[in-house]
Amino acid sequence: MLSTPATGFPFLSVLIFSPLAAVAVLAFLRDERLVRWWTLVSTTALGLFSLALLPRFDTTTAAFQFTEHTPWIARLQINYALGVDGISLLMILLTTLITPLCVLASWNYIKVRVKEFMIAVLLMETTMIGVFCALDTVLFFVFWEAMLIPMALMIGVWGGPRRIYAALKFFIYTMAGSVFLLVAIIALRLKTGSFSLVDTMGAPLAPGFQAWVFAAFFISFAIKVPMFPFHTWLPAAHVEAPTAGSVFLASVLLKMGTYGFLRFALPITPLAVHQFAPYVLWLSVVAIIYGGFAALAQTDLKKLVAYSSVSHMGFATLGIFALNPAGIEGATLVMLNHGITTGGLFMVVGLIYERLHTRDLAAAAGIGKYMPVFAFVYGLFCLSSLAFPGTNSFIGEFLVLAGGFKVSKLMVACAIPGIVAAAAYNLRMLQKLAWGGVNNPDHTGLKDLNFRELVMFAPLVVFVLWIGLAPQPFIRLIHASVLHLVQQANPAVLP
Amino acid sequence: MNALFPFLPELVILAGALVLFFLTLGTGREATARWVSIGLAVAVFVGALLTSCSSATLFDGAYRVDAFSQLLKAIVAFGYGCIAFLSGGLRDIRTEARTEYYLFLSLSITGLLLLVSSVDVITLFIALELSSYPLYLLVPMRRERTGQRSQMESAVKYIMFGVAANGVMLFGLGYLYGLTGSTSLPVIIEKLPPLLGSPLALTGLALTFAGLLYKLAIFPFHFWTPDVYEGAANETTSLIASLPKVAAVAVLVRFVSLASPETTAIATLLTCLAIASMVYGNLIALVQTDLKRLLGFSGIAHAGYALVGFVALDQAGYAAALYYITGYMVMVLACFVVICHVSKDGTNVAISELAGLHRRAPLLALTLLVGIFALAGIPPFVGFMGKLGLLTAALARGHTALVIITVINSAVAVYYYLRIVRATFFGETEGEQTKIALTPAAIGLCVVLMVVTTALGVFPTQVVDAIANALPAAIALAP
Repeated sequence: MLSTPATGFPFLSVLIFSPLAAVAVLAFLRDERLVRWWTLVSTTALGLFSLALLPRFDTTTAAFQFTEHTPWIARLQINYALGVDGISLLMILLTTLITPLCVLASWNYIKVRVKEFMIAVLLMETTMIGVFCALDTVLFFVFWEAMLIPMALMIGVWGGPRRIYAALKFFIYTMAGSVFLLVAIIALRLKTGSFSLVDTMGAPLAPGFQAWVFAAFFISFAIKVPMFPFHTWLPAAHVEAPTAGSVFLASVLLKMGTYGFLRFALPITPLAVHQFAPYVLWLSVVAIIYGGFAALAQTDLKKLVAYSSVSHMGFATLGIFALNPAGIEGATLVMLNHGITTGGLFMVVGLIYERLHTRDLAAAAGIGKYMPVFAFVYGLFCLSSLAFPGTNSFIGEFLVLAGGFKVSKLMVACAIPGIVAAAAYNLRMLQKLAWGGVNNPDHTGLKDLNFRELVMFAPLVVFVLWIGLAPQPFIRLIHASVLHLVQQANPAVLP
Repeated sequence: MNALFPFLPELVILAGALVLFFLTLGTGREATARWVSIGLAVAVFVGALLTSCSSATLFDGAYRVDAFSQLLKAIVAFGYGCIAFLSGGLRDIRTEARTEYYLFLSLSITGLLLLVSSVDVITLFIALELSSYPLYLLVPMRRERTGQRSQMESAVKYIMFGVAANGVMLFGLGYLYGLTGSTSLPVIIEKLPPLLGSPLALTGLALTFAGLLYKLAIFPFHFWTPDVYEGAANETTSLIASLPKVAAVAVLVRFVSLASPETTAIATLLTCLAIASMVYGNLIALVQTDLKRLLGFSGIAHAGYALVGFVALDQAGYAAALYYITGYMVMVLACFVVICHVSKDGTNVAISELAGLHRRAPLLALTLLVGIFALAGIPPFVGFMGKLGLLTAALARGHTALVIITVINSAVAVYYYLRIVRATFFGETEGEQTKIALTPAAIGLCVVLMVVTTALGVFPTQVVDAIANALPAAIALAP
C-alpha cells in the first residue's frame, strides 16, 4: 500500500484539533484583548509546531507520511485516515502560516463580536488543515463542507454592505458544487468498495464511469478554484469579506479546488482527465485573459485583487492539466505563491481601508509619499503578482508555461495577453498608489506601518523573496509527489 | 410478573397516564403534571434499555418485544422527555386545559410505544389510532385569539385527513387479510411474498402505506402539514413534527420489507413518492415567511429523503432511513426549542422576528444554527451522516437518477435554510433589543440537543450499529 507505517505520534491529529482546543479555552475568556492575544499565541504556536513536520518528512518518497488510520464508522467502511505528501504538506504549512497573520490583520479591523470572530478563525483553521490531511473521501468531504459554515458567517456577520448577498451566494454556489462531489464519492465507494483515497487511486474504472465521476469532480472543484465561468461568486465574496476572510479565501480556500484536482481527479480518473484536459486547458487560458482584463477595469482595490485571483488560478489549472512534471510542479508553486502574494495584497488593501475607510483607487492615490515602508511592501507584492523575475510568482508561472508549452504552443501564446494585462493592472495600481496625486490633503496625517503590521508582512515578504531567489527547497519538497502524480495521471506509462 | 417484564415501559407509561388522569380532576396541577411526564419519559427510557435484551411475544402473538422495538422505544422516550421539558409554561395552551395537555401527550406517546411493538395488524391499527387521537385533541387546545380560530380549522383538517388516510390503510389491510387469511404479521410475511406479483397484493400493500405516509407527511398525504403546523401551539407542533415520524418509519419498515429488492413496482411507487415529496416540499418552502410553516414544508421534503432509503428495499436502506429519521427528530426538536422560546406569548414566529437573535439570546441562536445546518445536511452534524447513508443505500441498488434528484434538492433547500441563518445572524437589529431570559431547564435542553445533533454526526457508530443489529428482528419476525 502507498503509505508508510504510522510514526507513533499523531502529528496531523494534533494539528487538526489544536484549534478546537483553543476554541474551548476561548469560550471562557471575556476580555477582548485577552481573546485577541490568546488566538494569536495559539495560532502562532501551531504554526511553529507545524514546522516540526519538515525535518521528519522524507522528500525522497511519494508515499503518504505521518499516516493515521482508525476505523470511524465501521459499518459504512469509513475510516479516520490521515496522511500527507509533499503537496499537502506545503498547503498545510501555508495554512498555519496564514492563520496567525489573519489574526494580526483583524486586530483592529474587527471591532464587534471579537470572540465569535476568533472562534470562526480557529474553526476555519481546523477544517482547512483537515481537508489537506484527509485520506478518506468522506472525512475530506466533512472538512470540505464544514468549512462553509465559519466562512459564510465570517462574510455574513463581519462583512461589508452587501455581505448578506455575498455570503449566500458563496454558500449556495459552493454547496451546489459539492453535492455532486458527494455523489461521486459514493459512486466510487460502490465501484471500488472503499471510501479510502489511497485505495481508490489507480483503481481500474471503466472510461464511461470515469467521465461521469470526473464531471462531478470538475463541477465542485471548478467552483471552488474558481474557474471561468464558475467564478462569479468570488468577486462578491472577496469584496464583502473582512480582511481575514479575504485572505483565507484567497490563500487557502481557492487552493482547495486545485488541490482537489490534484488529489482526486488526476489519480482517480486519469482516462477522463486526458479526455477533457484540452477543454480545461482552454478554460484556464480564458480565465487568465478574462481575469487580467477584468482586473484592469476595476477601481475598487479589492475587486481588482479578486479578479487577479481568477487569472492566477487560471495558471494553476493550466499547469495541472498540462499533465507533465513541470506543469504540475509549477501549478503547486503557483498555489503557494498565490497564497502568499494575494494574501499579502488583500492585507495591504485592508490596511488602506482601515486608514482611509475606502478602497477606491482614486481616493487612495499618492499615499506612498506618506507611507514609504508601506509602499515598499505594496510594491513588492505587486511585482510578485505580475510575476517579476526574482519574486516567487515568476518561478511558478515560468514552470507552468514551460509545462504548457509542451502541450500546445498556440495555447501558451494565447495566454500572453493575460500576462501582459497582469503587468498592466499591477503597475497601474502601484503607480497610482505610490506616485499618483501627491497633493491630496487627506493623506498628510497617514501613519506608516506600525510594529504589528510590520510583523504581519515580514514573513510574507521573506517568502516572496526566498521562493523567488532560491526555490529549490520548495521544489524538493513536492518533487517526488509530483512525479508520482504524473505517473498516476498517465496510466499508459505505468509498468 | 416475569412474563410481563418486557412490557415494563408500556406498563410504566400506562400507570403514569392514570396518575395524570387523576391530576386532571383537580385544577392548577400543570407543574406537577409536567414533572410526572418528565419522570415518565426517564422511566420509559430506562425501562426500554433494561428490556432491550429481552425478546418476547405477548398477548397471543399480537405483541412483540425485541431489540428493534426497545431501541425505538428508547428513541421515542428521549423525544418525549425533550417535549415535556420544552413545554415549560405552555403559554399558548388554554389555562384550564394545561394539565390535560400532559395527559394527552403521554397517551399519544403510549400509542407510539405500542405501535413499534405491534405485530398484529389489528393491534397495530389500534396503536396507530391511540397515537393519533390525542394529537387531534391537542391541536385545538391552543388559546383562542380574537377573531381567529385557526387552531379549530387545523384540528378539523388534521382529523379529516387522518381519518381518511387511516380508512385507506384499513382497506389495504383488508386486502392483505383476504390474501393471507391472517391478521398476524409473521403469517403475512410468510405468505405474501409469493403473491407479490399479483396486482391485488400490490394494491393492498400500497394502500396500507397510506396511514403511515400520512404520519410522515409524504406528498399526496401532506395536505394537513402546513396548516396544522401553523395552527397548533408551538409545543404541539414540535410533538407532531418529530415523534410520530420516527414511529411511522419504524412501522413502514415492517410493511415495506414484505417486498424484496426485485419488486420493482413497490420501488417505483416509493421513488415517485420520494421525488414528489422532496421537490414539492423544498419548492414551496422557498417562499414561506412563517418559520413553523417553513419547517412544515421542509418536513415534507425530509420525509421524502427518508423514503430514498426505503427505495433500496434492503436492510442497509431501512437502517439508513431509521437513522435519518432519528436524526431528524433531534434536529427538528432543536429548531422547535428555539421557536418556543423566541415566540412572544406563544404566537407563531415569522422568520423576520428572528432578526438580531444572536444578541437577544446567543444560546438560542447557536442552537438554531446547529439545527438548521443539520437539516441542510452540512457536516459535521447528523443530517449529513444520515444523508450519506441514504444515498449510499439507494445508489448501491442503482437508483442513480433518484440520488441525483435528492442531492439537487438538498442544494435547493440550502437557500431557505440560509434565509433563517441570515435573519438570525446577519440581520440588522432595529427596535427592541430585549434579551430573552432562559431558564436553566431551557439552557440544558439546548445544550443537550446541540450535543446530540453533533455527536450523532461525528460518532454515529453506536447508533448505526444498534439500528443495524436490531433490524433483522423487525424484518424477519421469526418466532
